[in-house]
Amino acid sequence: MTYFPEEVVEHIFSFLPSHSDRNTVSLVCKVWFPKLRVLTVKGKPHFADFNLVPPDWGGYAAPWIEAAARGCVGLEELRMKRMVVSDEGLELLARSFPRFKALVLISCEGFSTEGLADIASHCKFLRELDLQENDVEDRGPRWLSCFPDSCTSLVSLNFACIKGEVDSASLERLVAKSPNLRSLRLNRAVSVDTLSKILMHTPNLEDLGTGNLTDEFQTESYLRLTNALEKCKMLKSLSGFWDASPVCVPFIYPLCHQLTGLNLSYTPTLDYSDLTRMISRCVKLQRLWVLDCISDKGLQVVASSCKDLQELRVFPSDFYVAGYSAVTEEGLVAISSGCPKLSSLLYFCHQMTNDALITIAKNCPNFIRFRLCILEPRKPDAMTNQPLDEGFGAIVRECKGLRRLSISGLLTDKVFMYIGKYAKHLEMLSIAFAGDSDDGMMHVLNGCKNLRKLEIRDSPFGDGALLGNVAKYETMRSLWMSSCNVTLKGCEILASKMPMLNVEIMNELDGSSEMEENPGDFSKVEKLYVYRTTAGARGDAPNFVKIL
Amino acid sequence: MEATVAYAKAEAENLMATELRLGLPGTADDEQSQTTKATPPSTPRGKKRTATFDAVEDATVAEEANNNKRDVEAAPPVAKAQVVGWPPVRSYRKSCFQQASNKQQSKATKEEAATPVSNTTTSTTAANGSFVKVSMDGAPYLRKVDLRMYKGYRELREALEAMFVSSNNGSANLSEFAVTYEDKDGDLMLVGDVPFEMFASTCKKLRIMKRSEATGLGSARQ
Repeated sequence: MTYFPEEVVEHIFSFLPSHSDRNTVSLVCKVWFPKLRVLTVKGKPHFADFNLVPPDWGGYAAPWIEAAARGCVGLEELRMKRMVVSDEGLELLARSFPRFKALVLISCEGFSTEGLADIASHCKFLRELDLQENDVEDRGPRWLSCFPDSCTSLVSLNFACIKGEVDSASLERLVAKSPNLRSLRLNRAVSVDTLSKILMHTPNLEDLGTGNLTDEFQTESYLRLTNALEKCKMLKSLSGFWDASPVCVPFIYPLCHQLTGLNLSYTPTLDYSDLTRMISRCVKLQRLWVLDCISDKGLQVVASSCKDLQELRVFPSDFYVAGYSAVTEEGLVAISSGCPKLSSLLYFCHQMTNDALITIAKNCPNFIRFRLCILEPRKPDAMTNQPLDEGFGAIVRECKGLRRLSISGLLTDKVFMYIGKYAKHLEMLSIAFAGDSDDGMMHVLNGCKNLRKLEIRDSPFGDGALLGNVAKYETMRSLWMSSCNVTLKGCEILASKMPMLNVEIMNELDGSSEMEENPGDFSKVEKLYVYRTTAGARGDAPNFVKIL
Repeated sequence: MEATVAYAKAEAENLMATELRLGLPGTADDEQSQTTKATPPSTPRGKKRTATFDAVEDATVAEEANNNKRDVEAAPPVAKAQVVGWPPVRSYRKSCFQQASNKQQSKATKEEAATPVSNTTTSTTAANGSFVKVSMDGAPYLRKVDLRMYKGYRELREALEAMFVSSNNGSANLSEFAVTYEDKDGDLMLVGDVPFEMFASTCKKLRIMKRSEATGLGSARQ
């Protein structure tokens, strides 16, 4: 490839449509790095979302930003997920890339609103500032005032995760001078009145995250809001609804018929009747995120109203291990029956049955993502008390395009046999409290040809499974195993057989000193994370992480 | 949990005087074939609910007629296990809910009395205030009543009739309905069993449900 002039190479690559192919290609040659325009980096393992990865594990953004600042000043977009980003890093980012246009941070932490102030101040051509579900330290509202008057390029601004107050006047000024704004997501501190004023300046808005919609406002405020919303003819997607009172619901009605996306999953103050009154009017809905207070009955309303539904997420409102949920298999069966286009599902529920899953699989063969979380671990079929092997078996058999699967409930090795046999396009599999023996994991490793990410917790898979197909891990992005039966010895063997892998083990309970003293012992490893590397062991691992 | 209520008032309409036996919600297996729960909570349920809830599931779904675990009043609170990272919900989401419940609690402390837009919109705080939501099956909008305004069940019944019967198309007769309420434990109760003051202090929301849905609930099934 280096024999061709760069222009030819670039031309060839422009035909590569998929990100994964481009990713692969970019790994090949350092020469192409300086021309980097868009960089996407993901840090911690997925299970870090659920507090399974100890703090200070790693995923620091600084080295990436520093390297980019040295080597590719043409950087325009930086997207980071599950990384630790500092204010210093944000400042460096803001000052280093004159053409910088877009910053997307998802589930990151370590920075404050002061870092955002630097981004606002120095990124003259900023089009996108998208902060999704980050843990941001609040150091005051100054950052929003830092956008210079010359900055009129904003297309997307999402600060819903900012916890603190926001200066309404600054926000209104910013919106007023951003004629290209298509997506705006506000935080809890923004009042109904401010929202109404803002919406007078955003006739092209397609996506809105509201501020708070409590009942502390007078009816006149809500009437103004309705008027303002009616001006947004392009508005298709709605979220926010912080602390929303049922009073606010009717004022949203005029918008409902045009919505394709609706996120009500942060609003425990709306109950099933409030929710269904709104959703039954959303006949064009394609994407719906709700809480389980919608109940099965409410899901039936969704099923009869939202025929175009493609993505559904039902989140729990009770976070206890075996908490109550008003949602069961019945709601999902109703959805599958009414919404045959459903392709992406995240469903927390109280119980499930094999019959229901079999029905769902037949009704919706187009699932690409199917994530089912029965709140109580190892819960069997609610009618027959049997494991849910057959139900999930039906899902993988019928849904031939399935790429992501999360399973739960009582499950034996049999379900893994089905997964290995049928889930040929599966890329990501999440397992918790499932299986009987090493055979289960082996079925998956041997059968799922396209597997990229495998994450397992609290399941009886041990060294036999870990070492049963070690070459497989080089074709995968990562393997996570926690509270399983793998031992230190098994991990050591894996590390010695596969030098191209980083085998990280984490034992929080003074495990590291024990490991030094008793090499090769059979003590269980609490957490294991295995991933490919071209650079050997990382240098920023904390004490509790041992890289074998 | 059988509730036969006799009233001194022996009027023809029998809104609350009823032989209906009321059990837990969702145990009716009539045409609506809902084995799930008629009063979906908008806030986390109490511990008691879990212990009995599974029993309800077994009773209806597995059609085991005799399930004595459903005595809600006697069920002791079940200690909920804490497992790290389960259910798999992002900390961000959990912290948002924490903020939400903090707001609700601070609202409850600065309660206002009778405003058109009442602060007592959430079921956790309604017991502190006196406005409770009233829903009626088939009616598109809910109403609110201030329980402090009524001296007893009869006045409450009259007020509800005025709200719902006269405002709808009039074809509904309140004798076809049973008035139930959700108490602060989250349980669905038949109105009229306890002294009015006790009812008013524990009632979180009212629900007027069709008799047919309420029929067959309760201890008769056990």
